Amino acid sequence: MPQSVTSAPVQRSARGTNTERTLSYVDAIREATDQEMTRDPSVLVFGLDVDDPKAIQGTTRGLLEKYGPGRVFGTPLSEDAMTGAAIGMALAGLRPIHVHIRMDFLMLAMNQLINVAAKSRYMYGGKVSIPLVVRSMIGKSWGQGAQHSQGLYSFFMHVPGLQVVAPTTPYDAKGCLIAAIRDDNPVLYVEHRILHFQNGPVPANAYAVAPGRARITAAGKDVTLVGISQMQSECLKARLYLQEVGIEAEVIDPIWLSPLDIVTIAQSVDKTGRLLVVDNGWICCGAAAEIVTQVTEHLQGHRSFRTRRMGFAPVTCPTAPNLERLYYPDSRTIAAAARDLVEGTRTGWMPCERPELNSFVFKGPF
Amino acid sequence: MLERLYRSLYRIRRMEEELARAYPTDKIKSPVHLSIGQEAVSVGVCAALRSDDVVFGTYRGHALYLAKGGDMKAMAAELYGKATGCTRGKGGSMHLISTETGMMGASAVVGTTIANAVGYSYALQHQGRDALVVSFFGDGGSEEGVFAESLNFAALKRLPILFVCENNGYAIHTCQQRRQGKPDICARARAYGIPAERIEHNDVLYLYERSRAVAAKVRAGNGPYFFEVMTYRWREHVGPNNDFQLGYRTEDEANSWVESDQVTRLESMLPLERCKQIQEDVEAEVEAALAFAEQSPEPEPAELYTDVY
Repeated sequence: MPQSVTSAPVQRSARGTNTERTLSYVDAIREATDQEMTRDPSVLVFGLDVDDPKAIQGTTRGLLEKYGPGRVFGTPLSEDAMTGAAIGMALAGLRPIHVHIRMDFLMLAMNQLINVAAKSRYMYGGKVSIPLVVRSMIGKSWGQGAQHSQGLYSFFMHVPGLQVVAPTTPYDAKGCLIAAIRDDNPVLYVEHRILHFQNGPVPANAYAVAPGRARITAAGKDVTLVGISQMQSECLKARLYLQEVGIEAEVIDPIWLSPLDIVTIAQSVDKTGRLLVVDNGWICCGAAAEIVTQVTEHLQGHRSFRTRRMGFAPVTCPTAPNLERLYYPDSRTIAAAARDLVEGTRTGWMPCERPELNSFVFKGPF
Repeated sequence: MLERLYRSLYRIRRMEEELARAYPTDKIKSPVHLSIGQEAVSVGVCAALRSDDVVFGTYRGHALYLAKGGDMKAMAAELYGKATGCTRGKGGSMHLISTETGMMGASAVVGTTIANAVGYSYALQHQGRDALVVSFFGDGGSEEGVFAESLNFAALKRLPILFVCENNGYAIHTCQQRRQGKPDICARARAYGIPAERIEHNDVLYLYERSRAVAAKVRAGNGPYFFEVMTYRWREHVGPNNDFQLGYRTEDEANSWVESDQVTRLESMLPLERCKQIQEDVEAEVEAALAFAEQSPEPEPAELYTDVY
């Protein structure tokens, strides 16, 4: 029975619609997949371990029983060929969702993603399209280390023909996945392991959060904070620290990194005159660099503003907890950097930690 | 069937010879990897396929495109960089496609389409269609990791796919013996549980017979099959000329393949009049295709931005 389709309401609040129902990010992904698989028999989901007892943190739970092994299957450890196979399935009229439990594993699939998925529509003169969704997760904390923690979405933002989305709420997790599945072109869907544990309002019906719309998640007038992926949560907490010193931060979640809604961000910077972009990856040539550059191009000659990027320390992710804490931006370091931007000087201020803001601490194991 | 095979072989040979002839005029705006000498592989296999069967190929793909029924005018126009090309001037010689006839594309990155072919065959099986997929690649492609991964998955799912390794002995200028510790490609296919056979001497008639028999088995759900077809590229890796002056191979080595040329072999088996008629038809088609390419318009500048998403 097909689900009714409604477009997402324009969201200007931090946490979705007025729906009564609360779901976890994990269940939002599972529900989106389930509803789309029911609606469209050409949708199938596969990847390492999607049909195993842990079911990719629960995001694929129950799908095998409901849709059978032809549409839900674990694969050999062959990211390269299985990405190529997903493209072949898409050419034949299927709509594959290929799941990777860590984003780091996508490095094994780069040839197919960059050279085939992104290019086929163009280099074949529009004769084919590749409706492919690639889900992958960024890990963090508890010893994820060098090869389980990378946020490598900027690689994919660089390439025409790919779309990139990094939803941060259960509402957007569901709506963006539905949009990605219905899209006729490849979409890289970036999850974050820590965001998986979030709960939030999620409508029961199927709805799409369309590409190219950012969301103002908290309004303010003094500084614009753009938080990508899990750094969105840190920015919202940083906003509370900034209130202690009388600074009202506006927080924006870009949601879709490609196509990027630069107008929403630039309008905010036009108002605040300060832009801090907090990336869930390295700074050099990253998503933050792109956002700052585009805002600059948008506003130059019209509005001058102060800006800064934050992201992972320019090193490989360590596993010792004290080093790892230094490696990532967090709500306090973000607040400190934002205050410096507002005041135009190095204030040396660092807010005292408020444990009640740490609503979630992961204890492992993953 | 003999006539059909001859027409297909001759059509590819003459088209490529004319492309080579036109190449120095700089009208062709695309690197060309000529199939001359290797036509029999595409022709022998494709003659055994149905129109709803699907093939994936390589950057040396003119022969496969034409053998599967691709439009010669659209191919010529593509090489000339024209709006009427099979990819409207977006893909060039290395990315020919003809979705109407089941030629589903070609990659300039060696081995890449093997996995795409496997995925397509998974879809056919999943959709309950009785068509099959043929994946064409070279001896070099068999060295890529994607080859191993793809064969494993095809064997695991018993997919309706025929792998055709077009072994011309060289990856650009390096011979197989200098690249493979055990230069036995069929043995590697068998290691994944896929029955494999080596077809010697570029023999188009034998290849056609075997392809017919194997296609029926694959179509009936017996899982993947593997051919290693021994063949030889007469011209240089890329471009219209010979390359014996480079010293990586000898003219003597090439001569044995030229002597067993499948075009002249089939010509000698057909009545003279039939041959002449076919040749006249093909010459007219080639001439018309090149004229079409020359006269076609360039893509509009706005085309630069179409079909990205």
